[in-house]
Amino acid sequence: MVDAPVGSRVRWEHFAHEADVGVRGVGATKSEAFEQAGLALTAIVTDPDGVEAVEDVEVRCEAPDDELLLAEWLNRLIYEMATRRLVFGRYAVAIDGTALVAHALGERIDVARHQPAAEPKGATFTTLRVAREDGGWVAQTVVDV
Amino acid sequence: MDLNRLVRRSDHEWEIAPSGGMRVPAILYASKALVRAMDDKVCEQAANVAMLPGIVRASFAMPDAHWGYGFPIGGVAAFDAKRGGVVSAGGVGFDISCGVRCLTTNLVRADVEAVKRMLADALFARVPAGMGRTGSIRLSAAETEAMLAGGARWAVARGYGSEADLERVEERGRIAHAQPGTVSEQARRRQREEMGTLGSGNHYLEVQEVVEVQDAAAAAAYGLAQGAIVVMIHCGSRGLGHQIGTEYLKRMAIAAPSFGIALPDRELACAPIDSDLGQEYLGAMRAAVNCALANRQILTHLVRSVFADVLPAARLDVLYDVSHNTCKVETHVVDGKPRELHVHRKGATRAWGPGHPELPAALRAAGQPVLIGGSMGAGSYVLAGTRASESRAFSSACHGAGRAMSRHQALRTWSGRQVIDALAAQGILIRSASDRGVAEEAPGAYKDLGAVVDAAEAAGLARKVARTVPLVCIKG
Repeated sequence: MVDAPVGSRVRWEHFAHEADVGVRGVGATKSEAFEQAGLALTAIVTDPDGVEAVEDVEVRCEAPDDELLLAEWLNRLIYEMATRRLVFGRYAVAIDGTALVAHALGERIDVARHQPAAEPKGATFTTLRVAREDGGWVAQTVVDV
Repeated sequence: MDLNRLVRRSDHEWEIAPSGGMRVPAILYASKALVRAMDDKVCEQAANVAMLPGIVRASFAMPDAHWGYGFPIGGVAAFDAKRGGVVSAGGVGFDISCGVRCLTTNLVRADVEAVKRMLADALFARVPAGMGRTGSIRLSAAETEAMLAGGARWAVARGYGSEADLERVEERGRIAHAQPGTVSEQARRRQREEMGTLGSGNHYLEVQEVVEVQDAAAAAAYGLAQGAIVVMIHCGSRGLGHQIGTEYLKRMAIAAPSFGIALPDRELACAPIDSDLGQEYLGAMRAAVNCALANRQILTHLVRSVFADVLPAARLDVLYDVSHNTCKVETHVVDGKPRELHVHRKGATRAWGPGHPELPAALRAAGQPVLIGGSMGAGSYVLAGTRASESRAFSSACHGAGRAMSRHQALRTWSGRQVIDALAAQGILIRSASDRGVAEEAPGAYKDLGAVVDAAEAAGLARKVARTVPLVCIKG
């Protein structure tokens, strides 16, 4: 499964990029859009619905503006995934100004069960956008894989 | 791409004339068909690169150019520190020193066919590939420091290969002026379990057969012959390089205004070469280059150990090792005068022509081997650098086919099992932990590599020497 249900007000999706993968989160609030962008990141590796919430990792980061904060958030997740060998299936994000505090819930990667596809290397600034749209928020960028 | 935006300077050379903030033109080397098929974003990105301070001659795009981030993938740009030139973390990318190593063997196809399954299984078991698989080498803090400074030379000193290998690695196995002190704890931590691993995505390890020789003299110099078996390894600096790219991209994007640099795209994040930040990045990036060189050297050792078990009479020699995501200090003649330039190649291969002093003696007459990795079905090419390439794009050539289809679309088009079965019918064995990963890398998701190398040859960037097809592919 690559897409969340289409038409949902709160959703994540991948958008096409020639070499890599575009991740987009849509939500009623900025925090929700960031949570959904996190799920889109997970979906590069494996189906988020197949990930159990066994471990809880706290993530805190700051950046000068919303867009750099999104890149920083995704890069912190990539770092935690890489160094702890985890995949995350759920996120709880709280954004206060330029600071983000989050809990990423997931489990240790199981190669046979999760069938990990591409490994995210880093969140780029290409098509990077955090904006209000249609009464909600959208948070997107391209992830290098 | 809309051809009306371009001026055709010759059959395989297209120019975007300077406009707006462009300091120099952008030049694309490709056939009309390839240019037409390129995304408009390639034009936009090549033009954006032409706006960066201190750029020399032009912003170049290779025949396999496609929409990247900041620079196009297949982008080449050189900067002069004495004229305010910059170094760009975005211009190197996250997978610093990603590259290809080719090993020649004394085997022919029949030798491999007899043990193909055993060889595929043994390679898959011993060479960690794909996300979630870790390497068995753990380095102490002091050893990590030595690896970051020493590259493949460090690996050989630790028993992973021989001195003779180093002669055939760019920079003789170790890039100078690496500064391990500029590499963060996070980058080191990310590398802790990843030494000697292949990675995922388009990275692979293949046992291939030479099926076509186009230049007999160069092939002989390279140790390649029709029907011979070679091994190709495609991977980079793993987590360490990814983290360095991530950290400096952010720092440069935030610092750019303080240097008076207006970025046309934040991804082009850069700093003057002669700034503390620029020098710090160069020191860290070179440490990542050494990490990639050490990694490919360790992988070579693992491959040799498998062949020693399965085919004990096999001898594997390094033909060459090239990196295609780098920034290197090189001397090039510009307007008749030699100048020291910082040449960024992002998804582009350095391609020294015959006689270049940096080439080992045995390869000097033929020119540098330019290793072009293809998809798991279509095969790969070995090209040779040309003298003409120096005047084209600072002695640079293409690096691969480039995707024709997004991962998303590939996944909707094929299943991993389907791809594995179709390739098995052609005699190609795939080993991967992820069916989905195989589907995303399906041969049909890539452009025609033949058209890309034909264009590289016609443009004078490199000349064809040999073509190979895989027999075994270990997919990351």
